[in-house]
Amino acid sequence: MSADTSSVQAARERSGPRPPMRLAERRLAVIGYFATVYKRIWRGSIIGRFLSPLLFLLSMGLGLGSLVDSSSGGVDGRSYLQFVVPAIVATQAMWVAMGESTYQVLAYIKWNRMYESMLATPLSVADVLLGHLLAVTGHLVLATTIFVAVAALFGAFASWWVLLAIPVAVLTGLAFTVPIFAYSARQEGDDGFNILYRLLVTPLMLFSGTFFPVDQLPAVLRAVAWVTPLWHGVELCRAAAYASFSPLADAGHLAVLLLYVGVGWVLARRSFAKRLVR
Amino acid sequence: MTDPRQAVPRQPVADDVLVRARGLVKTFGEFRAVDGIDVTVHRGEAFGFLGPNGAGKSSTMRMVGAVSPVSGGELRIFGLDPATDGPAIRARLGVVPQADHLDEELTVEENLWIYGRYFGLSGRQVRERARELLDFAQLTERARHKVDSLSGGMKRRLTIARSLINSPEVLLLDEPTTGLDPQARHILWDRLFRLKRQGVTLVLTTHYMDEAEQLCDRLVVMDHGRIVAEGSPRNLISAHSTREVLELRFDLDDHRDRLDDVDGVGERVEVLPDRLLVYVDDGDAAMSAIAGRGIRPLSSLVRRSTLEDVFLHLTGRSLID
Ligand SMILES: Nc1ncnc2c1ncn2[C@@H]1O[C@H](COP(=O)(O)OP(=O)(O)OP(=O)(O)O)[C@@H](O)[C@H]1O
Ligand SMILES: [Mg+2]
Repeated sequence: MSADTSSVQAARERSGPRPPMRLAERRLAVIGYFATVYKRIWRGSIIGRFLSPLLFLLSMGLGLGSLVDSSSGGVDGRSYLQFVVPAIVATQAMWVAMGESTYQVLAYIKWNRMYESMLATPLSVADVLLGHLLAVTGHLVLATTIFVAVAALFGAFASWWVLLAIPVAVLTGLAFTVPIFAYSARQEGDDGFNILYRLLVTPLMLFSGTFFPVDQLPAVLRAVAWVTPLWHGVELCRAAAYASFSPLADAGHLAVLLLYVGVGWVLARRSFAKRLVR
Repeated sequence: MTDPRQAVPRQPVADDVLVRARGLVKTFGEFRAVDGIDVTVHRGEAFGFLGPNGAGKSSTMRMVGAVSPVSGGELRIFGLDPATDGPAIRARLGVVPQADHLDEELTVEENLWIYGRYFGLSGRQVRERARELLDFAQLTERARHKVDSLSGGMKRRLTIARSLINSPEVLLLDEPTTGLDPQARHILWDRLFRLKRQGVTLVLTTHYMDEAEQLCDRLVVMDHGRIVAEGSPRNLISAHSTREVLELRFDLDDHRDRLDDVDGVGERVEVLPDRLLVYVDDGDAAMSAIAGRGIRPLSSLVRRSTLEDVFLHLTGRSLID
């Protein structure tokens, strides 16, 4: 610690005016809370993160996959396993996003009111929101990395480029997380979350080109796939896993995901301020 | 590292106004929860807001805590405007909200460490400070227990310990002892006295008149968002009540029926559902006067006037319904 920071630190615990906290300090303070919570639950959480790809690969990839491959010779000239797993990397990011951004947010607002206790300190609404989003990003990185690593052991990927699927899936997860934060902060109870599961994530999982290419869908559902984030994430993850990129289309997919994150951020800022500052 | 018992040195400076509100207003839609109040809190004093449910105490505290935007009037804390200097103000405050917002799944000490980081304290600083505060809150043996295993009184003490992590100059306590049993309340009062002796300025709300009398040097009585009286507990009682009160119970449904019986005995009579309160300077003399009229109540009691009587007189209602 330099003389300068140590004198700042000393002033922080003396009464009287305090040196303001830097941006990074505020983010870290909030993340510190989520890290402490995670330290308590990581064992159970990490087992789940390993189990979900394993179960999936066994049932869908190998079980269903061998059926598809033997009857139709795979999809797009690849084995069904190699077709479906990259898409599931993106899809699982959506599920992780849901799991971390619904009840959690409402709990911190309403039940244990953690946000409120953070806001009684020098932290601001943006600090609290961004800190929590960074914590969810951490969950996404961890879950996606484990999934990709486990699936790689099963030979689910054709190329090392699949490593790119990790940031892409994380971005896909955020394209859900950030708008869902905005949505969750406006809920009173958990009814709204059931709607989200039934009307959004379950249909999207089925109709975003995950298990079969979207061109087999009726035009209406194809349109749904185009305007929602998951299909874009699926396409990008597949591009990475196949190492077959098409710059224009991929840039379009990225732009859509980023748009969801950007618009979501504006909405989430607004929802959080409305709910927490009264 | 400062000892929590000397957290804040006394600074008896004349112009040490820490909280200053003029015409302070808080509205929720059309509703005026706080309706133009003037408040001045000086360094080192214990200042109270006494009022019934819905009087606007928490709304006021949240504005003073720089978390709830002011709807009207002027508010300065440490001379700073909460609208523009919220973080700088909150860095110097300790807040004990009406409900304990602790993380029940984490341990007692983890709750303190995390909270200290929100004020920019280093890991080493929060650990050291947490150790002192656990001792102060008499929770040292519980340091590694999960919060959900604590009693209500312990949780309240933990919340107070947590609010002190940043050595605040002003401690805001919103109903610090509501819902606690008498013993837990007394332990808490004792801790608050200690803080006050160390020079921490206390601003608290309560709807217990005994708490207000015990803890506050000065207080305002609030009702429907307004201040109806202000002063020290003793001054309020002498200004708005008599020295003693004679309580009379009769065997009837409506005590109004016996108002004539006590007419002229005291300065004033209040009718409660189950008794009459006769405000007098000498309770025993009044009792014999009533006995002289041949009136035999079911029971009678002479006591000193309290802030409850002040409130009843000013608003016509009881503090706790
Ligand atoms: N966020 C809010 N939205 C709408 N009305 C509110 C809000 N917060 C408080 N009120 C209303 O403002 C009034 C004052 O509330 P406040 O919580 O300040 O009272 P209080 O004196 O703290 O009461 P209590 O003793 O019950 O805690 C109440 O009528 C309450 O319903
Ligand atoms: Mg209140």
